[in-house]
Amino acid sequence: MVKVKELPDREFLYGHKACPGCGLGTIGRLALKILGEKTIVALPASCMSTVTTQYPQMNYTVPSFTMAFAGTGAVLSGLSAGLKAQGITDAYVLGIAGDGGTADIGLQALSGAVERGDDFIYICYDNEAYMNTGVQRSSLTPLGASTTNSPAGPASWGESRPKKNLFEIMIAHRIPYAATASSAYPFDFMNKMAKTKIIKGPKFIQVMCPCPTGWGFASHLTVEIGKLAVETGLWYLAEYENGKVKMNLVPKTFKPVEDYLKKQRRFRHLTEEQIKLIQEHRDKEWQTIRERWL
Amino acid sequence: MKHDLAAGELDFLNGDEAVAFGAKLCRPQVIPVYPITPQTLVVEKIAEFVAHKIMTCEYIHVESEHSAMCAAMGASMVGARVFTATSSQGLAYMHEMLHYVSGSRFPVVMMNANRTLAAPWNIFADQRDSIAQRDTGWIQVYVENGQEALDMIIQAYAIAEDERVYTPVMVNLDGYVVTHTYELVHIPDQALVDEFLPPFRSQNAIDFAHPRSFCITAPTDWNMEFRLQQQQAMERSKQVIAEVDKKFGAKFGRYYGGLVEEYKVADAEVVLIAMGSVIGTARLVIDQWRNRGQKVGLVKLRFLRPFPKEYFQELSGRVKAIGIIDRDISFGYEGALASEIKSALASTGKCPPVINFIAGIAGRDITKEHIAEMLAKLFDRRAGKAEKDLQFIGLRWPNG
Amino acid sequence: MGKPKIVKFKFPESLAELPLGPSAEAGMLTEPNAGWRVQRPVLDHTKCSRCLLCWVLCPEGVIDKEQEILEIDLNFCKGCGLCAQECPKGAITMVQEGEENET
Repeated sequence: MVKVKELPDREFLYGHKACPGCGLGTIGRLALKILGEKTIVALPASCMSTVTTQYPQMNYTVPSFTMAFAGTGAVLSGLSAGLKAQGITDAYVLGIAGDGGTADIGLQALSGAVERGDDFIYICYDNEAYMNTGVQRSSLTPLGASTTNSPAGPASWGESRPKKNLFEIMIAHRIPYAATASSAYPFDFMNKMAKTKIIKGPKFIQVMCPCPTGWGFASHLTVEIGKLAVETGLWYLAEYENGKVKMNLVPKTFKPVEDYLKKQRRFRHLTEEQIKLIQEHRDKEWQTIRERWL
Repeated sequence: MKHDLAAGELDFLNGDEAVAFGAKLCRPQVIPVYPITPQTLVVEKIAEFVAHKIMTCEYIHVESEHSAMCAAMGASMVGARVFTATSSQGLAYMHEMLHYVSGSRFPVVMMNANRTLAAPWNIFADQRDSIAQRDTGWIQVYVENGQEALDMIIQAYAIAEDERVYTPVMVNLDGYVVTHTYELVHIPDQALVDEFLPPFRSQNAIDFAHPRSFCITAPTDWNMEFRLQQQQAMERSKQVIAEVDKKFGAKFGRYYGGLVEEYKVADAEVVLIAMGSVIGTARLVIDQWRNRGQKVGLVKLRFLRPFPKEYFQELSGRVKAIGIIDRDISFGYEGALASEIKSALASTGKCPPVINFIAGIAGRDITKEHIAEMLAKLFDRRAGKAEKDLQFIGLRWPNG
Repeated sequence: MGKPKIVKFKFPESLAELPLGPSAEAGMLTEPNAGWRVQRPVLDHTKCSRCLLCWVLCPEGVIDKEQEILEIDLNFCKGCGLCAQECPKGAITMVQEGEENET
């Protein structure tokens, strides 16, 4: 268990240009406090890379670089191999990619890197759309969300496909360690980061990162929204380790999905019917979870 | 398996194997590589070396060529010497990463087996694949045979890692014609190669003591200056290429002439210009015509980038007709070599007549008869007869 | 303090001063984010229990825990209000920029 008082006061990610209240700042800061200064950070095209590397302002104090959108997993393999070939064993290789850069364009490279068992840590910060380029849908955009290229209108209720299950994709690779987390649950996230330090091989954490700009809520509500996602069962905190899934937090009863949906502009258009569909989808997913993992 | 490389030895190798030996001698530390015909024998030979402890390196079974170049970039960024190889579709797949690696100034060396690009699909040789990448900021050399392939892998590292250059290098071999043809190849002594090519100490790598951000966003008011740097590095590489050729020749006994090799051009009236394996065939025809008293010559263009503009400017005043063999075509215009060479010739104001011959597409053999046909057309043109500027040679129906 | 400071960046003045390749010194801060703010956090340290939840959550990392009393780097606080919202003791209030207030 990570003890906050023992964490370094030092900031390894500072002064960035992310939107106020955005979870990625929390995620980046805490990840590096756990890993320390001998960490190389790969940043594919995303909010994270754009807001941290505007010449001459470089907001990471550790070595970092901008990477081609599709190749995060592969470059992590290369970094890891390059360090190993030179006998450098005390540095961490960390990729921080968005949901699009992980589950869509970056999926092949991630799959390859995990399958090879290369040594790296991969954080997918999931704000559920291509936020950096203007809130376009990704395969991790949830049902019913309105995005700029799947907008709600008479012909559409927004995103019509359910969220792709990246956690299960990683489990299918029999990855040494995979987890789901949230910027709204920073202590849980930090405990998971602490595990990635000691486990060998590929480690993957998908961190829900509520986005005030793209989801449409006031900047001070990031944690509240993030918690509601878990409390309504639309997101869960879990780990896959030693071949087993452990659910970290299972609410005894779920709050109605409406509590979460109505607080965000991206869901404001939903009718009662559509909210019911989302709730049913949630129930179906949790039925499967209970059968398999609980 | 006979691999006593202690003394340097002669072996009967195909071009791919020659590349594998060349790579082995350079002691690369990371090899991320994806198989694609006709490069596969390189991939396999190196894997065999690793399995038999003849090579010590991190061999990464990447899941695509794009990932191969991503991994190559990562490894180079932490200071490792990197080797990879590809061909055709794979080269096209990694296109954006070629720009990333050259723009970031990482001295990666890659072998490319020249193979045509689909569609239509075909695994045999032409140079459309690498020529389509000539704007990506990579140094490109085209070899004539297996020996040159092995030697140029070694020279490629010496060129790429020179502090005046720091530009990645692509070594091109015609698919099957060179990659799969067996020849006697001399494998240099490892100790001599170690003297020629010391371990890589990158000046452009991550240093935890002095952390930097790489591949940064360079805004509009700074970007062009980084591009000017790249252009200047390419220009400087011309001198480095010549120096490395001389040093290699002195050490290993084989000189290649640097950017360009001339074959009987000194008093030639009519010359052919080409890249790659066709040079071997053309030498024979040049000799035949010379024996008949015809003043013909051959220019082997070795490096497409950096382009030896100065050489062609100087050539324009010396010869009376030029044939440019392109194993490619830029649809809607002409062969790429023709465009590039003609622009250098024309810049002098005295450009001789030029015919662009499109030949050897997708593995169609360029025969001695074809070369003779080209020379004949050039003499006709020189004599004032009408010959088209752009001609396909070796077509099934020559009249279209 | 463990936080990078703003420095006056010296831009290259000739091609020779550009680095080899597009890289730049890490941890280089050249301008504040303070101008983004509409509100700023004010900490009542008498209510603060040093649970450090605000320090953990802040997306900007502007809260400093090195001294006995928590301090906020107003150069980089964007005024998002997360700290005020989540503080279990209600020790942080958001006040409009430009208004007179007590600290």
